[in-house]
Amino acid sequence: MENNSEVSLEMLKQKLLTMASHAETAVNEALQALQTRDTDLALRVKEKDRVIDYLEVEIDDLVIQLLTRAPLASNLRLVTIAMKISQDLERIGDEATKIAKRARDLAEEPPVKIVLDLPRMARLALDMLKDALDAFVNRDSAAARAVIPRDKEVDALNKHIHNLLAQHMVEHTDTIARCLHLMVVSKSLERIADHATNVAEDVVYLCEAQDIRHTGMKSQPVLA
Amino acid sequence: MTSATINYETMEQKPITTALAVRNLSVFFGTNQVLKSVSLDIAPRAVTAIIGPSGCGKSTFLRALNRMHELNPDARMTGEIQLFGDDIYARTVEPVVVRRRVGMVFQKSNPFPTMTISENVTVGLRLNGVRDKKLLAERTEQSLRMAALWDEVKDRLNTAAISLSGGQQQRLCIARALAVQPEVLLMDEPASALDPLATSKIEDLILDLKKSYTIVIVTHNMQQAARASDFTAFFYLGELVEFGTTTKIFTSPSQKRTEDYVTGRFG
Amino acid sequence: MIAANHKARQIKDVLMQVGACVCAILVVAPLVLIFYHLIKLGFSSINWEFFTQLPKAVGETGGGMGNAIVGTFILLGQAAIIGVPVGVLGGVFLSEYGTPKFNWWLRFAADILNGVPSIVWGLVVYGLVVIPMHGFSALAGGIVLGLMMIPLVMRTTEEVLHLVPAGYREAALALGVSKWKTVLQIVVRTALKGIVTGVLLAIARVSGETAPLLFTALGNNTWAQNLKQPIAALPLQIFNYAMSPYDDWHRQAWAAALVLLLLVLFINIGVRFLTRDRWKSKV
Repeated sequence: MENNSEVSLEMLKQKLLTMASHAETAVNEALQALQTRDTDLALRVKEKDRVIDYLEVEIDDLVIQLLTRAPLASNLRLVTIAMKISQDLERIGDEATKIAKRARDLAEEPPVKIVLDLPRMARLALDMLKDALDAFVNRDSAAARAVIPRDKEVDALNKHIHNLLAQHMVEHTDTIARCLHLMVVSKSLERIADHATNVAEDVVYLCEAQDIRHTGMKSQPVLA
Repeated sequence: MTSATINYETMEQKPITTALAVRNLSVFFGTNQVLKSVSLDIAPRAVTAIIGPSGCGKSTFLRALNRMHELNPDARMTGEIQLFGDDIYARTVEPVVVRRRVGMVFQKSNPFPTMTISENVTVGLRLNGVRDKKLLAERTEQSLRMAALWDEVKDRLNTAAISLSGGQQQRLCIARALAVQPEVLLMDEPASALDPLATSKIEDLILDLKKSYTIVIVTHNMQQAARASDFTAFFYLGELVEFGTTTKIFTSPSQKRTEDYVTGRFG
Repeated sequence: MIAANHKARQIKDVLMQVGACVCAILVVAPLVLIFYHLIKLGFSSINWEFFTQLPKAVGETGGGMGNAIVGTFILLGQAAIIGVPVGVLGGVFLSEYGTPKFNWWLRFAADILNGVPSIVWGLVVYGLVVIPMHGFSALAGGIVLGLMMIPLVMRTTEEVLHLVPAGYREAALALGVSKWKTVLQIVVRTALKGIVTGVLLAIARVSGETAPLLFTALGNNTWAQNLKQPIAALPLQIFNYAMSPYDDWHRQAWAAALVLLLLVLFINIGVRFLTRDRWKSKV
């Protein structure tokens, strides 16, 4: 039978997942607005960011409430990473808003004639986030650890796109403004992948009580 | 099994001797086995907390450390306990001697009602033959200071001990136990009958006392164990389930039973 | 509906109160009647002569019960010397030592002894002491009263010691104090008031015993010279004087009864005084 504290912890998890789903949608819609040059959609993404911000505040409040009950062990770890994950999700929402803003700016001008694999980058970043959150729900430490190295690919892709755009800007100086917008979009996607990596690290801490940030031990699980 | 301290600057580990080495301790009351082959090392000058649900044997374990469980005529034990290397259950050792080295404070404070405050503090010394008035007076002040009670009672040492408040009475009992200068101090839920302010005074006191004494405290309040102890042992149904640093037990225990108890899923 | 029940309950309430009052009066009434009678009939005969003079010869008026009063105290003193140490130590044993089984039998024996009729006690001591000594004596009187006190004091001591919380024993033992010192210096000391109460009440009990004294102390018309001689006691004098045909002796018997009752009263007052709450403890 669930007791009151378990109900609150369940509520916390649900709120996080709700927030994550909003963040995912925001990124998807922002990318879509960019590709389809849909300024209305871009505007809606910006407005819906308020919901994500509101959820962050709600989650932090819930965390403070739960802390007054002095949770211990896995509950303590859950509550502390909940705060961190909500922060990462909020930042993802902000990045999506940035992408949406650039999409509006780009839609006001003719499109740049360059092929960039931004959709793929977005797909990679969003998959990382999804897998990290699945690992959170399933308390699967190995799955979380598997997310982390994928950040390299996104970084590489960002660099590649950056170079392509830089090249294009040199050759076609009239596209500089628009290329810069696209660079920002690429950078935002790279940051989204970073935030997804943070979430994965937090999930590893939750499952294993191991703090694997900044240690370079990211590929070997250490038995508790 | 030795424990070690780690100096985080130099990353060197120093092994420390054990205050109480418990090996395969089993305690029976008649045919009922209350403790099942418990082995544990109590570290000196540190606080070890014993936690577990009701009936898990933690009070019996505590009492076995100063042979107080023998007050029950049906009690029987097997195994070994060494106090700084001395076997306290050896045939030649009298329980009385063990109890002078290992003192105890109880859940309900019990200052002797027919005695004044200072008489209570020195009762352990006087009943063991100490007559020197100067020594008794010195020891009274020393013990009351260590129990953080001196300032509150120094002007009324000759008034009745039972005129003190609950929290003060408990600190008086601590002073009484300290006056015989034990090496180890056992505390059986010392703050469970006190209000939060008195409780936090006792916890502060424990953190002070551990500089000079080895302390073992039984508590059913996990937050108290988390606040006041260095090491924690989790008992369940007479077995020692897990023993480790307090931080580890309360942030990431290894055993599922410990995890379940600590997160409140049972007990 | 509820109103009707309410009325019924009120009536029951009042009936209970009245009933309780009546019972209380019935309990206190005999005491009041006894005192009233004794004071009315005996007070006039209480004077200095009564406390200091010896009884006069048969037929003569006057005289007193000095020897009986002193005799009562001598007998009670002996009884205390015998009854208190044995009784208290026995109570200590029952409470702190022994095994459950043995103690059960011991308690059973004590309870039986408490129920033995006092005249039987008299006869037993007659056989054990008076016959070997070839005569009645104050010593025999003291012995019988002392023997009667033992089981009484033993049980009250045990009850009082049981009331001492186990926490005090544990605290003392945990300090490394040996068991006998714990029992004596902590447990008995804590229960001391209660033990003294029990002793005083036992003394009050045996002070009025007459039947055993008939077979042991016998009575005496003069001051007792030593313990080997028979001795006077208030209950004996009351018995003798009340059965006599002389009015003067009847009056003196009433006075003696009043004195005896006052003795019991003062012992009880003393007990109340001793057990008063001197220290107020903050719980």
